[in-house]
Amino acid sequence: MFPTDSTNKLSFNRKISDGDLVIVYEKHDNMKAVKVCEKSILENRFGVFKHSDWIGKPYGCKVTSHKGGFVYLLAPTPELWTLVLSHRTQILYIADISFVIMYLELVPGCVVLESGTGSGSLTTSLARAVAPTGHVYTFDFHEPRAVAAREDFEKTGVCSLVTVGVRDIQGEGFPKDLIGVADAVFLDLPQPWLAIPSAGEMLKPDGVLCSFSPCIEQVQRSSETLASKFTDIRTFEVLLRTYEVREVKMDQCQTEEATPGSHRSCKRKLRASEASLWQQDNSGSPIVMARPISEAKGHTGYLTFARLKCVE
Amino acid sequence: MGNSQAQLQVDCSTLTRLPSESLPLLRRPLCFAAALFQSRATLVRQIEREMSMDDNVNSNQNRRITWEGCSVLLDINDGDRLIFSRLTAGAIVKIGNKNYPLQPLIGCPFGSVFQVENGINGPCLSRAIQANNTEDKKECTLKDESRDNRALIDNNTAQTLTGDDIEGLRRQGASGNEIVEALIANSATFENKTSFSQEKYRLKKQKKYDPKVILRRPFARSICDTYFKKYPARIGFLRVDTLSLLLSFGNVMAQSDVLVVDMIGGLLTGAVAERLGGTGYVCNTYLGDSPHSTEIVRIFNFNDEINRRIVRLPLAELSAPEDVDSKEQSVLQAANSVDNPSDQSHPVSMEETIVSKVHKAAKPGEKAPEDAIKLWRENGFSSLIIAAPDVDAWSIVKEVLPSLSFSAPFVIYHQYLQPLATCMHNLQVEKMAVGLQITEPWLREYQVLPSRTHPHMQMSACGGYILSGTKLYNDSQPDK
Repeated sequence: MFPTDSTNKLSFNRKISDGDLVIVYEKHDNMKAVKVCEKSILENRFGVFKHSDWIGKPYGCKVTSHKGGFVYLLAPTPELWTLVLSHRTQILYIADISFVIMYLELVPGCVVLESGTGSGSLTTSLARAVAPTGHVYTFDFHEPRAVAAREDFEKTGVCSLVTVGVRDIQGEGFPKDLIGVADAVFLDLPQPWLAIPSAGEMLKPDGVLCSFSPCIEQVQRSSETLASKFTDIRTFEVLLRTYEVREVKMDQCQTEEATPGSHRSCKRKLRASEASLWQQDNSGSPIVMARPISEAKGHTGYLTFARLKCVE
Repeated sequence: MGNSQAQLQVDCSTLTRLPSESLPLLRRPLCFAAALFQSRATLVRQIEREMSMDDNVNSNQNRRITWEGCSVLLDINDGDRLIFSRLTAGAIVKIGNKNYPLQPLIGCPFGSVFQVENGINGPCLSRAIQANNTEDKKECTLKDESRDNRALIDNNTAQTLTGDDIEGLRRQGASGNEIVEALIANSATFENKTSFSQEKYRLKKQKKYDPKVILRRPFARSICDTYFKKYPARIGFLRVDTLSLLLSFGNVMAQSDVLVVDMIGGLLTGAVAERLGGTGYVCNTYLGDSPHSTEIVRIFNFNDEINRRIVRLPLAELSAPEDVDSKEQSVLQAANSVDNPSDQSHPVSMEETIVSKVHKAAKPGEKAPEDAIKLWRENGFSSLIIAAPDVDAWSIVKEVLPSLSFSAPFVIYHQYLQPLATCMHNLQVEKMAVGLQITEPWLREYQVLPSRTHPHMQMSACGGYILSGTKLYNDSQPDK
């Protein structure tokens, strides 16, 4: 997913090969990640697709099934990956992810610590932000999930940037080896205040910590714990509102200047020429309109950020 | 990296706890990871140590200590007043009605706090070590509050100290904190206030008589935040969460070639360059001969490596044949010398001439090198970000989209919804892109204090709109 040097940039060589991970785009809310395998097929509502037909085609192309249905094959990005990965836990979505990366001030070369790994949604974006010289150390106390996350990182090709550890950060804190090494720390734990003191040791002075908590009580407790060694403690909520766009023929409320009187009397007195006028007014050219989509996320979690105080 | 195997094994076991069955399967990559983990940590610490001794301006962009000539963000009273400044020899900041030289800030870590003092040589800023928060503060807010404000009358007669008294105290050498205490002691109503109210009162007096200056690092986040508060029109009302979405949707990362249309003063260009970290390119394209102003890029404290990656190319040349180039190039080179007249008035230009005596500093925003242009014409850019809040979106998109690689993401920011709706519709009809989506980000900040947790009373109602999508393959551009 990420180029390692200038010889394999994203813009180069955008042809699908055997073994590649592609994102199969069926519909806006229907995508899946598929590993291309010469002998495999993909079966969905549009028909049967042979992987062998895909090999050698450029990314972004349209491929057809045996019965003429089609899908698009896209190159994977962390954003698309977040939408297709298998949820072992509740994940973070792009609104929170992008805000976190901005506020943690991550750039290539940074070292960031994360707990819990969960399904690796945020982890993949963290890896992108610090690539190729930085690193993400991520911890989860649930072994099978840590293993599944490692497999995902192999699949998406980010494993050289991510180290997954099985560890109970709330109970044991971060490993002593990482003291003073972290530019940023991200916590998504049920009791983050237990991990905050250890996070403070891992961070460089003026380094940024972020804690993601669904409940306000957790936020309050975390903020109290942060007060001793941290400053600039700020809590935010981010959400996205999506709009739908369609062409709409809007009815006009018409009053005829030539024929005064009520709307109804107009209709009743309709003669040939007036009839065509009425229809013309009614069928104006469609205009592109936007309006918010009625379903929206109301809440994901509160994001609390803080900077480690400078003491020297 | 020359650590013994024995030590490596120990780290392996403390780091992970796998059941023995799975060990043979995962042991090799695990230990390799642990090796990376252990040696990387020590390596990183080594590098940090070396860097703190390295005075060269050109080192890692992630420097945490200020240097002479660096650009800083001064935060007076925790966000009340934000000023961009440069730590040059004669730089000052005006607080109240006094001028404070910024010289003491050079060589201090970002995040340090300074307080105002009346020194021997006049008003000065001195480093204040941030004390750990006191426990007794917590106590008084936890006990049940029995006071209320029913008897308090707000008629400006409660304070017995006059402005002259305070000046007198100052002349006697009283510190800001002492003046605040004196004000509290001389307030007739202070004791009758609730503890919350007392805290608020103390904070208010501190801000006036004992202001604090926080030395902040200019970064995409702080620069965008500050401009959004002070000069939002200059950045097209692009809020920080919206900017963060542009960078994510735009898949900005090291080694990527990002095409941008930046008509918001260079904020987008700078933010992209920051995430590129000195590799890849951020190429600013524009109609006609003169590029849009990108003065905000200068605030970022970029080193040469990063500055070299910030380039520009007129729209006409994005896909023009080779032979037209040389003529246009000479025209543009002539235009270069009179480029950005704002340079001369900006204090930065003086800095750059001083630095150039030591070594030639790379200027951001030079014309893109020929070899890069050639590669872009062959392969396209890896993503496209447009921030042109006063221009019709579709008219720009249809010109620049052909320069994008297939399956590359693009994202367009606009302050109005309608142009994006039209643009999205056209892209759908022409089948140029897939995964199209218009989103509006929403951001709210909270005050979190014991018994006083609630969202802030004010919030930003609009941070603009974003149209994002992925470019589809089309056979009219078979090369890409």
